[in-house]
Amino acid sequence: MAMHPFTRVLLGLSCLLVAVWLIAPTLVVVPMSFNQNKSLAFPPQGFSWQWYSNFTTNPEWSTSFLNSLKVATIVAILATVLGTLAAFGLDRMRARTAGLLRMLLLTPMVVPGVVLAIGIYAVYLDAQLVGTMTGFVLAHTILALPFVLIAVQASLEVFDKRLETAAASLGAGRLATFRTVTLPLIAPGILSGLLFAFVTSFDEIIVSLFITSPYLKTLPVQIFTSITRDADPTVAAVGTILLCVTTILIGGGLLLLGRERRSGV
Amino acid sequence: MNGLREQRGAAIELSRVSKAYGSFKALDDISLQIQPGEFMTLLGPSGSGKTTTLNVVAGFTEVSSGTLQIGGSNVVGVPAHKRNIGVVFQHYALFPHMTVGRNVAYPLRLRGVGKAELETRVRRALDMVKMADFAYRYPSELSGGQQQRVALARSIVFDPPLLLMDEPLGALDKKLREWLQLEIKRIHRELGTTFVYVTHDQEEALVLSDRIAVFNRGRIEQIGTGHDLYDAPETLFVGRFIGDSTVLRGAARSDGSSTALDVAGETVTVPRRHRDTDRPVMLLRPEKLVMRKPGVDRSDNENRLSGTVSEAIYLGSGSKYEVLLRDGSTGIVRSSLTDQSFAIGDAVELCFRGADAKLLADDSTADTTLT
Ligand SMILES: Nc1ncnc2c1ncn2[C@@H]1O[C@H](COP(=O)(O)OP(=O)(O)OP(=O)(O)O)[C@@H](O)[C@H]1O
Ligand SMILES: [Mg+2]
Repeated sequence: MAMHPFTRVLLGLSCLLVAVWLIAPTLVVVPMSFNQNKSLAFPPQGFSWQWYSNFTTNPEWSTSFLNSLKVATIVAILATVLGTLAAFGLDRMRARTAGLLRMLLLTPMVVPGVVLAIGIYAVYLDAQLVGTMTGFVLAHTILALPFVLIAVQASLEVFDKRLETAAASLGAGRLATFRTVTLPLIAPGILSGLLFAFVTSFDEIIVSLFITSPYLKTLPVQIFTSITRDADPTVAAVGTILLCVTTILIGGGLLLLGRERRSGV
Repeated sequence: MNGLREQRGAAIELSRVSKAYGSFKALDDISLQIQPGEFMTLLGPSGSGKTTTLNVVAGFTEVSSGTLQIGGSNVVGVPAHKRNIGVVFQHYALFPHMTVGRNVAYPLRLRGVGKAELETRVRRALDMVKMADFAYRYPSELSGGQQQRVALARSIVFDPPLLLMDEPLGALDKKLREWLQLEIKRIHRELGTTFVYVTHDQEEALVLSDRIAVFNRGRIEQIGTGHDLYDAPETLFVGRFIGDSTVLRGAARSDGSSTALDVAGETVTVPRRHRDTDRPVMLLRPEKLVMRKPGVDRSDNENRLSGTVSEAIYLGSGSKYEVLLRDGSTGIVRSSLTDQSFAIGDAVELCFRGADAKLLADDSTADTTLT
């Protein structure tokens, strides 16, 4: 389609505007993290690395970071295994049953976070899971599962099941077929599900605030308590680090998904 | 050579096999015996049960009733991956994440074949389909015909005693199809494996097969060589499905030794009684019909029908004519170059010897299922 050059420039400009609008608030934390004074004022004054070093040396920050890393890693693995199995089950089920079950499995994505948090908190009080590693892992897995389900289902949809028939005719049993044909072909979907699950757990705040305790905090909880207590620019430093890491992870996930779309045709 | 064939190919015996989907019978009491090393083609219109039969043999579909023996042993209930049968699909079904070489090596890896032997066998299989230069390509980098050759190599590399092919050339253009038909024939000769081939293309069936089983609505109408089916069709459906034919219908009269048919006022006679039915039809092959100008050369004991040329098709080696008969049906005639030529609209007579006509039971489904 031919486009008038003026139209093209106009479109480009509005795209840029929207992009800046979306990203600017996030990018504000980057200069703030190098502030020389202990203040979150913008624009920042001077330049220093002290908030980054505070992040690594202050045990409050480093343990919460390690906690988050631990929880997110376990959640990513657990949600990926469960979500992949669920996606397979739904894929081989009668269509109507599968539709109902899928809706059920996706509810954690739809239900308002606070509502879910209250529910989980109530259950955890009884089960004595508040402030435990198990509690965090279970709660985050619920939240991460839908992402894995969606990603794996998307790749199962483009997967040609006739290849499994072909593999059987060549002598491969169910397990060998899964290992050598199905798994490699849906691996991009599983991997992007894994990344999304990790990120979902790593930056989860609502439910975490409810089930946290002074002895077990995840990084987002620590950020939240810190910023409500005092104006510590370490928050900005952490924010900047997280920004870089998640951009890389999500970018990688999207790239994998995109590659699979193209090869799936 | 023959001894080798007996060894390499497996015999197949389907006996009274039925397959029902709900109340619909996709296969209705099929019996079929295939000799070791034979090239058997399952021919029939769409939905007649060819693929279902193949799937039953391959183990992708379980039978509802009946028995199936491969190489002398009963395989009902044996899962597909334990049957050791090669299958070539219409849609190639190559693994997109493996190179050509790895695709072909796949069945050997599953069988734990050692590296050195694996390599020679993969090479031999690729050589056989003339794809040895493509071992490091991915399937997406190959044309349809090349992909199908790789699929063929993959299905023969583990020396299965039986190879099944379901319209393997269906997605390819005519030239390529004809060339690959000859390749498949050559490979069959070299391997001595039993081949079961599915197609709905009767010409393809005639080119390839030792014998052909003609399917119609979940049943086998007739099994025989191409020659049998063309010269001695047992049913009207077979007669119409294989080759061109003219079908004459009309009120029948039978006396002791002959049958006469009243085709829109003109009587044709066959010096034979017909047995099976009280509604016989006559079937004539194009080369048994002679076309003349009306009233010329009235030699006796010949049947004649008058009509009008409705289509003249030049075939290079001769011509094919369609003649509109008085009862509204169409006669098909083939003539050689030396014969007199006719134009559309010419009034003509079709003459034939009664002995050349086949008497068959009428079957109203024969016409509808063909389309
Ligand atoms: N899984 C199934 N469920 C219900 N009906 C089926 C199923 N598979 C096949 N059929 C029916 O069985 C009949 C035979 O199908 P089959 O695939 O064997 O036909 P075919 O001879 O291979 O035709 P084509 O030339 O179109 O491939 C068809 O009417 C089809 O609709
Ligand atoms: Mg078919």
